[in-house]
Amino acid sequence: MFVARSIAADHKDLIHDVSYDFHGRRMATCSSDQSVKVWDKSENGEWHCTASWKTHSGSVWRVTWAHPEFGQVLASCSFDRTAAVWEEIVGESNDKQRGLSHWIKRTTLVDSRTSVTDVKFAPKHMGLMLATCSADGVVRIYEAPDVMNLSQWSLQHEISCKLSCSCISWNPSSSRAHPPMFAVGSDDSNVTYGGKVQIYEYNENTRKYSKAETLMTVTDAVHDIAFAPNLGRSFHVLAIATKDVRIFKLVPLRRESTTTGPTKLEVQIVAQFDNHNSQVWRVSWNITSTLLASSGDDGCVRLWKANYMDNWKCTGILKGDGSPLTGSSGQPSAMSTVVGSSIQTSQNALNGMSAGRIAKRASFAPPLRQLTSPKINQSPAYY
Amino acid sequence: MGFAWGPGDILVYETQNKASGPTGSGCAFIHVVRKDEDIYSPILRKLFNESHHIFVGLQTIKDDLPSKSKKPQFVSISRNYRSVIRACMEELQQAAVSANDTDMATQYGNQVSILLAIELIWNLCEVLFIDAAPAGSLLLHLLDWVRLHKSDVDEKAKGVLQSDSPAEHRDYWDVVLSYVLQGRLEDTRKMLMKQAMLQPAAKSMYKLMDSLLSKMPFYNPGGTQTLTEFDVKWRNWHEEVDRYLKDNSFASNQHLEVICKILLGDEDVLLEHKELLSTWYYFLITRLLYCHPTVKPTELHYYAQSSMMMFLDSGVPEPLDSILLAAFEFDIHQVIKDCSIALNNWWFVAHLTDLLDHCKLLQSHNLHFGSNLREFLLLEYASGLFTHHSLWQCAVDYFDHCPEFGRVYLELQIERVPLDTERKALKVLRICEERQMSEQVRSICKIMAMRAVRNNRLGSALSWSIRAKDAAFATLISERFLQDYCAKGTFSDLDLIDNLGSTMLLSDRLTFLGKYREFHKLYGEKCFSDAAKLLLSLMTAKIAPQSFWMTLLTDALPLLEQKEVIFSAEQTYELMYCLEELTSSLITAASGSGRPMQEEDVEVTKVEMLRLALARNLASAIVKEGTMQT
Repeated sequence: MFVARSIAADHKDLIHDVSYDFHGRRMATCSSDQSVKVWDKSENGEWHCTASWKTHSGSVWRVTWAHPEFGQVLASCSFDRTAAVWEEIVGESNDKQRGLSHWIKRTTLVDSRTSVTDVKFAPKHMGLMLATCSADGVVRIYEAPDVMNLSQWSLQHEISCKLSCSCISWNPSSSRAHPPMFAVGSDDSNVTYGGKVQIYEYNENTRKYSKAETLMTVTDAVHDIAFAPNLGRSFHVLAIATKDVRIFKLVPLRRESTTTGPTKLEVQIVAQFDNHNSQVWRVSWNITSTLLASSGDDGCVRLWKANYMDNWKCTGILKGDGSPLTGSSGQPSAMSTVVGSSIQTSQNALNGMSAGRIAKRASFAPPLRQLTSPKINQSPAYY
Repeated sequence: MGFAWGPGDILVYETQNKASGPTGSGCAFIHVVRKDEDIYSPILRKLFNESHHIFVGLQTIKDDLPSKSKKPQFVSISRNYRSVIRACMEELQQAAVSANDTDMATQYGNQVSILLAIELIWNLCEVLFIDAAPAGSLLLHLLDWVRLHKSDVDEKAKGVLQSDSPAEHRDYWDVVLSYVLQGRLEDTRKMLMKQAMLQPAAKSMYKLMDSLLSKMPFYNPGGTQTLTEFDVKWRNWHEEVDRYLKDNSFASNQHLEVICKILLGDEDVLLEHKELLSTWYYFLITRLLYCHPTVKPTELHYYAQSSMMMFLDSGVPEPLDSILLAAFEFDIHQVIKDCSIALNNWWFVAHLTDLLDHCKLLQSHNLHFGSNLREFLLLEYASGLFTHHSLWQCAVDYFDHCPEFGRVYLELQIERVPLDTERKALKVLRICEERQMSEQVRSICKIMAMRAVRNNRLGSALSWSIRAKDAAFATLISERFLQDYCAKGTFSDLDLIDNLGSTMLLSDRLTFLGKYREFHKLYGEKCFSDAAKLLLSLMTAKIAPQSFWMTLLTDALPLLEQKEVIFSAEQTYELMYCLEELTSSLITAASGSGRPMQEEDVEVTKVEMLRLALARNLASAIVKEGTMQT
């Protein structure tokens, strides 16, 4: 059973991105109205807007939080060709009482000549670093060497991807065996360059990022891309939102010590789902990489889970207003509805459930007359 | 259409149309969606907490004994789990009855029925898998199982017995038949006695029935009788009952005839009383009791399937029925699978699978996700607990007992626990420290330190960075302390600095801070010579940063001005040397930068004063040292 609540967002235009902070107690939203809003969750679970300010002179595409080790820091990127880094200033006591906080701009990153489509902080073990990607196909990596002085950022790398970039994702693995890596997706309509997802890896020797792999099988526009949390595996898992949902496994191949250059990666497709039947715009993993969620133009969010045999199946569908999609035709006949049936939640499928649909599962609820008898040991009369 | 994952499976929606992007329309709502977890129910929380205790107890059972001899232990653990379920059920039932709001009442009612079903399944699994009774005892255990879950008979019986004329009560024969169906023949006999008294004419018939009922053999597992002997005896009895039925001994009383037919296991008659039986598995047990009491475990599935077929008209089994059938077929994996699908909470399957695994009843498949089914389910269950503000602590133990992925899951989850209060942070830290999760310890301390710095609580920040063993950050904070001192003339958080002890060695700046404070203390206690020595050593041992030397020298002024000579001549020479070093570096700095005139003036005055004081002290010192003590 899903429980949904609504928050009146109060943005004056479309919301493009919503991002939770590391602990899930704060949220940032950004919109075409050029502003960013920060929300705090109170102890009773209510969300309050604690800050709202104009951030750019164009639509703000993405907003993202840095790891709390660096303090309360946000980054935003916009159509106005800039990305900005913001820090929260602890306000006066009367502000705090009113539940307001102030965010000030620490730096503006103005190197891009076109709309900046995505901004993401690197994993914390790399220090305070972020990557931006732009419509002109350039990925820029900036670093703040002094974490106490957020106004000093230096452009460390500028990488040309040759295709207009739409999204970027850092590999969160902090294992020594894995050098820093990110994946960049493109929504370029150019067909000469086939693969729309490129993987770049940092090379200790050359001190530069070089392309490790292009996923040639992804030829349609890519809208979102996300590495899964690593869990100590030797290989990487990458989810891609394109005309369908795809999950790839990238296995680093062993190389001889003499070879320089990026690790060779073996690309395997793990799953491909076209249940959205339309463009898929977002993909995102949960903390333990056991669940993937995707959203698409069909106005639904779908949840995907691998069972213990590593088969991926859909375990839940949510509509735009947060309500679950109730079952329709195509249900297995064994699951009949009974009085008081409960709707299945996403954690259920251990194996096999008809893909793409929630069935109304029969619960064990008996007829309600159960309640009138005080004695607990009665077993229900009918199921 | 967009969304974001939050920790704790919270999805946030944005409603918007991205593809064609109609502009202008203000975006109204963000929807926060949460799975309606049972963990948010306060009554069920007790279930989770108590079963957590049982779980941990189970894990610590020593492995040295062969599992056969541990069977009674496992059975008792299984019973513990079940009693916890029952306790929870009772509470929920009370809550349901006393609830004012019908929605809540319905919800509680639903939860009660789910728990009932869970207990039913668990009990059956205990009988079939854990206790694993052989033929003979098997039926007795199954009989107990049915009796436990079908006790409305007692309610009815009470009603009947409390009435004026029990034998004429409308439920009387229902009660009698129910007793027979449950094999409670003693109770049947007692009830029939009442009817017999009312019908003296039929006395002989009742006496016959009574004798038949009393003679029915029941297998005694602890006794000397073997199963074969029992079987023979039972067949003889069965034949005797059959003879009496065939020669119409009970023809005149239809009730007694029905009883007789039931005793013979007549399926048609049994099916006529579906209402009293109410479920196919009750029908199954009764059938077995009166047809085949020596049923072997391996034969159960055949009887179970046919009973279900015969009993259910529609032929479409409900989920509970399939699960029970799978249990009768001894298909443990199917039971687990079906339960996982039917229930919205991993609690049941996780704990049951864990127990069965300890009984060595699960063959381990080598799986990708989690090393085996048990671990997979426990990981799922524990991950679900982690989102709860207090149950997450139970979850930690579950992860501890998942050898393959438990640790890494715990590392990922524990980092995300919101550190609302210092107390909570310390709790989390203790858990990480106990498990040598050093990276998580460092990270949490750093987060807390950063938060403290932002809120200008330098003392707190310092203690967190010391705990994190973060030298760089400690240096930073010490700088801040020193800057504060220069600005305000006092230290904040004196307690902390005074009690640094050996931790001050973490960073040079921190050491200086500690020692400097010590200097102040000594001065305050009027241990001037010690204070003086310390002050000097701070400069000569280069513990103090040069930027601070001016302050130190200024601090030395009052000591120099004392009537008593505190600094010895040698010490004074050293101080002068330090002053020279400082002024020469200041001059080079000043010539480079364009410092404002006022600042220079102040500096110059200070230096002059120092020079004067030093010279005077030197004079006094030389005199003092030169004087002979007579």
